[in-house]
Amino acid sequence: MTTFAPAPARNSTKAILRSQIRMELILTARRGEAVVLAMGVPLLVLLGAGLTHVLALTVMSTAFTGQAITTGYERSYGVLKRLGASPLSRPGLLFAKTAAVLALIVVQLLVLAAVGVAVGWRPHAGQLLPALGITVLATAAYTGLALFLASVLKPETTTGLATLIYVLMLAAGGIMFAAPGGVSEFLPLAAHAEALRATLSHDQPVPLGSWASLAVWAAVCVVAAARKFRWE
Amino acid sequence: MSDDAVEVRDVVVRYDATTAVDGVSLTVPRGRVLALLGHNGAGKTSLLQVCEGFRAADGGECRVLGLDPIGQHDELMPRLGIMLQSGGMYPWATAGELLQLFASFSANPINPDVLLDRLGLRAFEKTRFRRLSGGEQQRLSLAIALVGRPELVVLDEPTAGMDTEARHTTWQLIEELRADGVSVLLTTHLLDEAERLADDVVIMREGKVAATGAPAELTAAAGIDLLEVRADAGLRPDVPFKVTESTPGEYSIAGTLDAAAIAGVLAWFAGAGAHVTAVNTRRRTLEDVYLALTAEKAGAGR
Repeated sequence: MTTFAPAPARNSTKAILRSQIRMELILTARRGEAVVLAMGVPLLVLLGAGLTHVLALTVMSTAFTGQAITTGYERSYGVLKRLGASPLSRPGLLFAKTAAVLALIVVQLLVLAAVGVAVGWRPHAGQLLPALGITVLATAAYTGLALFLASVLKPETTTGLATLIYVLMLAAGGIMFAAPGGVSEFLPLAAHAEALRATLSHDQPVPLGSWASLAVWAAVCVVAAARKFRWE
Repeated sequence: MSDDAVEVRDVVVRYDATTAVDGVSLTVPRGRVLALLGHNGAGKTSLLQVCEGFRAADGGECRVLGLDPIGQHDELMPRLGIMLQSGGMYPWATAGELLQLFASFSANPINPDVLLDRLGLRAFEKTRFRRLSGGEQQRLSLAIALVGRPELVVLDEPTAGMDTEARHTTWQLIEELRADGVSVLLTTHLLDEAERLADDVVIMREGKVAATGAPAELTAAAGIDLLEVRADAGLRPDVPFKVTESTPGEYSIAGTLDAAAIAGVLAWFAGAGAHVTAVNTRRRTLEDVYLALTAEKAGAGR
């Protein structure tokens, strides 16, 4: 016999976050088009450009495009509001989303790297740590921009704009074509791709310009997201 | 402050130029059920939003389980069960996954299987949220509100969109919650729902409290106030009350009717040699009180 006698108690933070991260990943896997966007397009680009560019593109599509679209819809469905008002708590929800994005990026990068190695790519391991560092910085910038757009725009507008930005970055970011001189270094995608090319392909340090560009993007986007983020 | 489940004092909620809640005070004592009754736009949901910590009051004070819903949000949430009016769920997650997710947030949840069976959701366990009907979504939201064994549940129109059977199941659940010592704050526009479930009713109108009290207090104050007599058509009863013959032979006598007054009215019919075939008395219902209060609003608006 069930009783409803009150006995509330928050589960351990670890258990709560594990559960929420699992849900985020299940739902991501369930949206086929997002996975295609995140993996399929980079794989196609792989044929036309270098592998490090593909890695950078993957990080952007997952941390920015995918994140902006899902967050926009979750806000309009009231999911952010409802989960924020549960024992998960708002900081817990943000942490779980970030962790799920990072987990997804790690899996995607490992798969792409494996494909690259299979077709003859031989990355240098000497600058792996700076390469990871710049990737985390890029992820922070993309996620910040994603949450900012999802907070100030309607979900449909967010989807359209996030896709447009993806395509523009793809075109202007020096991935498919030679970049117009001088412009591309300021774009996060180009800065990230350049840093990955330097470290993984040429065993050189991350260029200062890449650090500077991504640090500015990350600072601006994260501050904008923190100021404008809306739960409903 | 007191140990009440909810304590609201002079709360004001404004949206730009409109004042949605205009100085409302109410108390939900521990283990009791309070129903907020009112038209759409009366300010019920806005008041709940303040209690749930979704927005700050623009004036006044609100304490829930002795805590500040915004300042002590994370401390309060595990002790609170919330049911929003709609939405709040991942559309592509299944009913079972969603209930399991919220259960996992609690150290000591009610077994999700038990709730699925009680709320008739077993058949929809593997159905995605967006494929559920409105009533099924409501039942799932209710299950999720209860799964963490909360001390207080806040239900925004819990039975909206439910069929009769689900509505009765929900009423039964709320009665069990109360019996087990859970405090309940709910909104409704169903008068029978408020009359059946609530220990206390607060009728809201245009952001203000229009009336408050136990359902019996609100309805019993006037005693019997309508006497219906069926007799021969065309009589002119000479009694000190307002008499209307709406259809020939159907007389409605309205006023404060105690036993002596009723005896007096019936004595007139007997004296007139009328052939009385039916006598019926009616007390005010919560619906009468509600309609009277909300009709005042319509009158004032013109």
